[in-house]
Amino acid sequence: MASDKAAGTPKAAPAAPRSRKSVTGTRATVAALFLLPALVLLGALVVYPIGYSVIRSFYDQSGDGFAGIDNYRALFTDDGIRTALKNNVLWVVFAPTVATALGLVFAVLTERVRWGTAFKLVVFMPMAISMLAAGIIFRLVYDQDPDKGVANAVWVGVHDTFAQSSAFPKAHPGRESPLEPAGGGAFVTRGTVSAGDTVSLPLVGVAPDLMPDDAEPAAAAKPEGDRITGTTWQDFTRGKGVGTLNRVDAAELGYPGMRIEAVKDGEVVETATAGADGTFSLSSKADGARLRLPASNFDAPYNGLDWLGPSLVTPAIIGSYIWMWAGFAMVLIAAGLAGMPRELLEAARVDGANEWQVFRRITVPLLAPVLAVVAVTLMINVLKVFDLVFIIAPGSSQDDANVLALELYRQGFSADQPGIASAIAVFLLLLVIPVMWFNVRRLRREVRR
Amino acid sequence: MTTRRSRGAARAAAALAAGVLAVSLTACGGDDDGGDDDKGGGAAGGDTGTTVTLPKLDGETLEVAAVWTGAEQENFKKVLAEFEKRTGAKVTFVPAQDPIINFLGSKIAGGAPPDVAMLPQPGAIKQAVEKGWAKPLGAEAAKELAENYSQGWQDIGTVDGRQYGVYYKAANKSLIWYNAQVFENAGAAEPKTWEELLTTAQTVYDSGVTPFSVGGADGWTLTDWFENVYLSQAGPEKYDQLARHEIKWTDPSVKEALTTLAGIWGKQDYVAGGASGALQTEFPASVTQTFTGGDQPKAGMVYEGDFVQVNIAETEAEVGKDAKVFPFPAVGDDPPVVSGGDAAVILKDSPAAQALATFLASPDAAGIQAKLGGYLSPNKNVPNSAYPNEVQRKMAKALLDAGDDFRFDMSDQAPQAFGGTPGKGEWKALQDFLKNPKDIAGTQAKLEADAAAAYGN
Repeated sequence: MASDKAAGTPKAAPAAPRSRKSVTGTRATVAALFLLPALVLLGALVVYPIGYSVIRSFYDQSGDGFAGIDNYRALFTDDGIRTALKNNVLWVVFAPTVATALGLVFAVLTERVRWGTAFKLVVFMPMAISMLAAGIIFRLVYDQDPDKGVANAVWVGVHDTFAQSSAFPKAHPGRESPLEPAGGGAFVTRGTVSAGDTVSLPLVGVAPDLMPDDAEPAAAAKPEGDRITGTTWQDFTRGKGVGTLNRVDAAELGYPGMRIEAVKDGEVVETATAGADGTFSLSSKADGARLRLPASNFDAPYNGLDWLGPSLVTPAIIGSYIWMWAGFAMVLIAAGLAGMPRELLEAARVDGANEWQVFRRITVPLLAPVLAVVAVTLMINVLKVFDLVFIIAPGSSQDDANVLALELYRQGFSADQPGIASAIAVFLLLLVIPVMWFNVRRLRREVRR
Repeated sequence: MTTRRSRGAARAAAALAAGVLAVSLTACGGDDDGGDDDKGGGAAGGDTGTTVTLPKLDGETLEVAAVWTGAEQENFKKVLAEFEKRTGAKVTFVPAQDPIINFLGSKIAGGAPPDVAMLPQPGAIKQAVEKGWAKPLGAEAAKELAENYSQGWQDIGTVDGRQYGVYYKAANKSLIWYNAQVFENAGAAEPKTWEELLTTAQTVYDSGVTPFSVGGADGWTLTDWFENVYLSQAGPEKYDQLARHEIKWTDPSVKEALTTLAGIWGKQDYVAGGASGALQTEFPASVTQTFTGGDQPKAGMVYEGDFVQVNIAETEAEVGKDAKVFPFPAVGDDPPVVSGGDAAVILKDSPAAQALATFLASPDAAGIQAKLGGYLSPNKNVPNSAYPNEVQRKMAKALLDAGDDFRFDMSDQAPQAFGGTPGKGEWKALQDFLKNPKDIAGTQAKLEADAAAAYGN
């Protein structure tokens, strides 16, 4: 328009021969006028904040005193920030590579299946969800409780298929019990037993809903000649309390399947298993021994992995990031794949290359520019990751899951350290610059081509 | 930050509770003293009785800023409506955001501060005074305050010997909520002392239910636990000294409190989900898991303040019937009362602002909001019968019975880097302690190192 106007007024052009014009015949002032809104916006919204952050990073907490490089020194000495740095490295190394690799695999494979588009759609779908929503979803996926968290539900399911859990988790001696802890979770009688005795081994604490289905009301054992008999039962009824302490009461249930060992001088001399009413019987070999309920009776149910605990929290969150972004990588790579010259692949196949060789020697090298774009884009994205970490990591392991962007927020808005927060921001900018530069250079090359 | 979180909770609680209570108000209208109950609906409360004389302020306008939302805000507006009715002034409620002190800063920088603001912590009042924002109370308001408030509640609104704040609303953070069904099944009783609490816990445990639910993913629930034990065990003087960091966290009294705390946190199977499970349980979940699951909930008891009601309202449990409450038991000589609250502070001095402060200090104002539920007043002249239900009355009574021995939440008094940042300072140290309750000396050393850095001494 500007040049139209300049050219469209024939009088103006010859009348002002001294006015400077660019190659396209635009007056510099007009050009400036048209550039002004964009420049003002860029300046106010991008250049000024960056400049002010840089300046602010050299001032102390209140913003009054010049702090030199103190804030930057804090960046490399503060434990929290160092964890954040370390985690950022983990993120930058693993998240883009794994997401790109998965995207590549998906793209190549979906090309060959009939329902490829449908599959692509499903893989791409997480991209339609906001980071915040994805965070909330994964907070639940990684929940410790196998009844809530899918990850642990699967893990516990697999584990329990191979290792049976015990029947009486959390059972323990009640008040004034004849049993005492024997270390390692086992319980042992305080005194020894002798032939002809009847022994009672009362415990409490098994949730009524978790009692074995075949449990029957406990029965008091009858003496049997020179054998040792006894009962092991739950000395508690819901709503009725313990009844008579250490005595079998009517509504109390036996512990079917409880294993009992007779121990003499540290050696197991005889074993028995309780019946449905909790009664058991030991031969006279157990005479003079102490009776032990081994720990295997009381193993706590396997509760799965501590996904959001200090050690697994960063990999777990990276996993959720990959879930979101593998679809993005796949779509870009699939687009690259569609534009690839087919005859090269066919030529390779005709030459006798197998599929792996075609993939390894033809597809990947030809896709390399696309792969680089995807990886670099993801890298920039990963450097600023914040929402996922902020939402998924519970408060107790936020420190272990910390990343720079989160630390920036914490320093700036909850610890009230704007100086340090600005220093982190500047540092992040410095980290992004090489990646940006790479991207810009590549773009230029592309344009030239 | 403790207050911030708990206020959020309190707000949500009030929103929910108000609904529930509004219903229960009309519902229990019959059993309480009959004559009083007709007001339940008519919240404008012209019938509350007049104990305070207010000037005529026709044509005056006032702005009041507070962070309250939902039902809490609605209820407070009814109090303001009563003030308008009595004086003829026009009062506008300005919704603010947390932290309100920053909100006020921007308002003041813009040259349009509200006339009165509700500030949550003593530290915020001090900050407002230091910056020259707050104006002292006039004679009228100070007189009303002195008549209705115990010395302790007056003192925390005082800076450099001048009265600035009227604590209009209080929170009671010394409560243990329990699942009534679990207690009945186990045959457990409400404890009065720490020893009894341990017995109760054991009884609950023996019945096959884990005794405690701890929301360890939120560090502030842990600091509140510690503060209750410490206040009761070491006494108010030491509590104040520790809050100001005049004694070190390596002090023997801290060791004793942590050891006491380890008696519950460190006991196998006493905490729902074990230590690592508790550390991933956020506060709302720690409440709901205590009151869902019928005979077999994840835990029998959960500790936190009066705002727990809000989260209980999310479950099917009914406060007062399925979910009951007892005051935090005495670890030392007296049971602790750890509290929070919101104080009205005048930012633009005028007769109207002074009159509003006077009104808020009177039992008239507090009485109106007390009836609406979800609210506790530190005003000692608000009759206990003004509260709508038994649970509310019990919490109010415990709060007032403490007299001047109540203490403000310690982590709220500490610099935020120490007492209010997730994953840092006291929050993190106590989370690590919950994970490894044997490491008392290590926890103390870490607390002291972080405190020294944050307090700068």
